[in-house]
Amino acid sequence: MTDRNIPVTEDELHAYVDNELPAERRSDVEAWLASHPDDAARVQSWRTMAEALHARYDSVIDEAVPKRLDIERLVRQPRKWVYGAIAATLAAFIVGGGAGWFARGAAAGPSPFQNLTVNAIEAHRLYVVEVRHPVEVPGSERNHLQQWLTKRCGWAVRAPELAGAGLKLVGGRLLPGSAGPASFMMYESASGERFTIYTAKSDAEATQMRFAVEGNESSLFWADDGVVYVVVSTGADRGRLTQIAQSVYDQMEKKG
Amino acid sequence: MIPALRRYARALARDADIADDLVQDTLVRALRSERLFLGGDVRSWLYTILTNLNKNRRRSLARRPQFMPLLDNNPDASGTEAEGRDIARALATLVEEQRSVLLLVMLEGLSYREVADIQGVPIGTVMSRLARARAHVKASLEGERTALRRVK
Repeated sequence: MTDRNIPVTEDELHAYVDNELPAERRSDVEAWLASHPDDAARVQSWRTMAEALHARYDSVIDEAVPKRLDIERLVRQPRKWVYGAIAATLAAFIVGGGAGWFARGAAAGPSPFQNLTVNAIEAHRLYVVEVRHPVEVPGSERNHLQQWLTKRCGWAVRAPELAGAGLKLVGGRLLPGSAGPASFMMYESASGERFTIYTAKSDAEATQMRFAVEGNESSLFWADDGVVYVVVSTGADRGRLTQIAQSVYDQMEKKG
Repeated sequence: MIPALRRYARALARDADIADDLVQDTLVRALRSERLFLGGDVRSWLYTILTNLNKNRRRSLARRPQFMPLLDNNPDASGTEAEGRDIARALATLVEEQRSVLLLVMLEGLSYREVADIQGVPIGTVMSRLARARAHVKASLEGERTALRRVK
């Protein structure tokens, strides 16, 4: 038995319309609606809204599915990525957040550390949208990737194992940094969430881990043994980012 | 499954070609990473990929100038054309996460739990996004109607 005198909350009204309400509470809500015309009108407006959505978009279901979405074809020949490198590069360099960031920090003058973080975030933005060419060396060639980046960068570049956090190595690439080369590695979860790790030469020997947000991107960065590490994500919460950064840090420590 | 994905993508992205690009990229990605699929519901997984890809796409577009069409000439608009345009316009004014929640629940009929998994947030967040989205769309539809009435 539930108590009919418990007032119905807004959450319950939504849950009622969406059939998420426990069965034993439905009749209470119905009784409530009978005596609260404002709430009844709101519930009705949500139903009308749902009808309008279906009226507008259900016709898509009846359309013939275009040939290019045929699974057999897709297996054989993936489509070229339309939001590709050229558009992303233009966007990043012509109207990019980097320019804005520098303009904003101009009075104080950005520190080398801030420069590195901006480089890392720009690289992240540029390459996470890539489907076909996000990296130069794929994650399947982990050893080669590590050796190559180590040789070109001049410090030990390791691709940490992040399977514990549900991430798989997509691969990596070499990037030009503000003072010499930088390494860039990308990881991906089963649902397509991407994290990147950027390393470059640092003036600081070692620092604590710090957190920075720029637009939708958030990053954790620290310096260790004259190398700065920046872990970047889009939209991931700080807890998850910290968990991943910690795992990267621990593995860098262990390598000795 | 593909027709439902196309419907979701169409409502999410507005433009029919972009919507099908999203569906295609979702399928390509799903096929490529089938070994990464850790079990669970394939339907939810596909909605998750599509939602993430659209977020990436919007991020890369955000830096370019926005060209809004003066008129929506969607050839697939159904009989209730005016109403359809209203709802499409109201959807376009929502922020990304709210639009996605609203469509997944109201159009695709997913449960709060499934949407929470797709967006990687607690159920409470899904419910507050849904409530805000509904309030916003309602206000937007009503505002549009009063504005029209005033012009007449």
